[in-house]
Amino acid sequence: MTKSRFNPWTWLWVTVATLYFFVPLWGTFDFSMRMKRGAFTFLAYEKVFADPKFLDSFRYSATMGVITVIVSIMLFVPTIYWIHLKLPRLRPVVELLTLLPFIIPVIVLVFGLIRTFSRPPFRMTQTEFTTDILITAGYVILSMPFMFRAVDVGMRAIDVRTLTEAAQSLGAGWLRVLFSVIFPNLRVAILSGSLITFATVVGELILADFLVRPALGPYMIVVGGGKAYEPAALGILSFGLTWICLGIIQLVSRGDVRLQPIGR
Amino acid sequence: MLASLWNYLGVLPFFAFIIAFLIFPATNLFAGAFQDAKGNFTLVNIQGLFSPYILKAYRTSLEVSLITSVSGGVLGFFVAYAITMGAAPRWVRSSLLTFSGLAANFGGVPLAFAFIATMGRTGFVTAILKSICYSAADASQVCPFDPYKAGFSLYSTVGLAVTYTYFQFPLMVLVITPAIEGLKREWREAAENLGASAWQYWWLIGFPVLLPSILGATLLLFGSAFGAYATAQALTGGSILLVTIVIGQQIRGDVLGDTNLGYALALGMVVVMAFCIALYALLDRRASRWLRR
Repeated sequence: MTKSRFNPWTWLWVTVATLYFFVPLWGTFDFSMRMKRGAFTFLAYEKVFADPKFLDSFRYSATMGVITVIVSIMLFVPTIYWIHLKLPRLRPVVELLTLLPFIIPVIVLVFGLIRTFSRPPFRMTQTEFTTDILITAGYVILSMPFMFRAVDVGMRAIDVRTLTEAAQSLGAGWLRVLFSVIFPNLRVAILSGSLITFATVVGELILADFLVRPALGPYMIVVGGGKAYEPAALGILSFGLTWICLGIIQLVSRGDVRLQPIGR
Repeated sequence: MLASLWNYLGVLPFFAFIIAFLIFPATNLFAGAFQDAKGNFTLVNIQGLFSPYILKAYRTSLEVSLITSVSGGVLGFFVAYAITMGAAPRWVRSSLLTFSGLAANFGGVPLAFAFIATMGRTGFVTAILKSICYSAADASQVCPFDPYKAGFSLYSTVGLAVTYTYFQFPLMVLVITPAIEGLKREWREAAENLGASAWQYWWLIGFPVLLPSILGATLLLFGSAFGAYATAQALTGGSILLVTIVIGQQIRGDVLGDTNLGYALALGMVVVMAFCIALYALLDRRASRWLRR
């Protein structure tokens, strides 16, 4: 390594980037603390947590997040495992399919889901339960690129064939191979995929808004329309939640969050 | 033969799911773009896309996407360059990359709230800029940096662009850093040995090698802004008519007065996105010819 010398351009750009990152964060935090005139208090946060609608919508979003994570894992891990083991030629096709959500914006997806499933013969938007099934499907689609990529990278790092053959020669059946051998070896990959899926679902607005479900996103829009300080507090809170999820990923997988997010 | 069919059965749930909840709804929507109210084939809806109202929505969307992909792209490139080529210490580099990973994933309603609290009418930065005042000769207070008096508004296209840049430039940093890292030291040394100036090295070697990566990354940024809905909706309450916002209003209450025209609008959006992503993939492949390590 050459000895680093002071380069004013380097420091200019580093400073600009740092300011762009932190001024809005600090500004939001400062704003959220000014609810009481002339004082610096957590009053806005207290108001947020005292609002039963906040707790309800957070509970709904978190529940949907967990359900989405479970469905995604159940759907993608066996599929990717099977592709690596038996159908490697199919991998490019499947990868391309999982990237489709980058091309089809969420607003278009929800438009298609509503046009297709709200009318006969499906009529899925008529009861809350079937709407929740529909919205879960939408969430799984949204987070598919992240889950697929995380699990695919993890699967490539282990020797699927050898592990499977070893387990089978010891008398394990397919389910046993999957749950006792493959899943434990993919812990980190599945955790990364799950966290980013969870963060995506909890912060999601469009699906919940247009399918009229009581999630956090639509709740925040309502608060944003009528209040001044609570939105800033909510901004900091959801910022914190997203960053905790992504921070854990960076910790466990030494940082590779390199896809553009979906659903802004 | 039977065994291979059996193998395909293993991926059946995945394909069934994708077809049911992605392919089928999407094609169903696009089919609607080529139908009239009675379900007969027609091109009227595609023609309808060229009405002034819809063209204006596309123009606004293209404008915002173009501005933010260029501003975010330029800023992101220089930041990436500074942390790879510039002599930034290792901890600066790794913490900026980490924050880019986090900020590029930040968007939607919370981002809008953050910018309202920061640059809105009563926001944190607005208040600071407003308070920089001096007394003029006639004893009146002059505040030269009041952004809202100078014509800035967060709830405008410019404000939207400033907000989008928050996730755009970190995305550029993430995408372009590996490309800049791929520039081989030997190329620079070879050029210098042959008597090239720094400028010649950049103009004749560095820039041409990086160009596909830069263009590709900019397209990715463009697509990321073009498909965005939630940030704009939360920031402006839907007063800036982007294509995504118009589609949203169409879903809610048929503002176009023609359901099938709404489907055509969505189709047009996907065509633009597909074009961006396909071109990105092409450029990315071209870039990897030089930057393979």
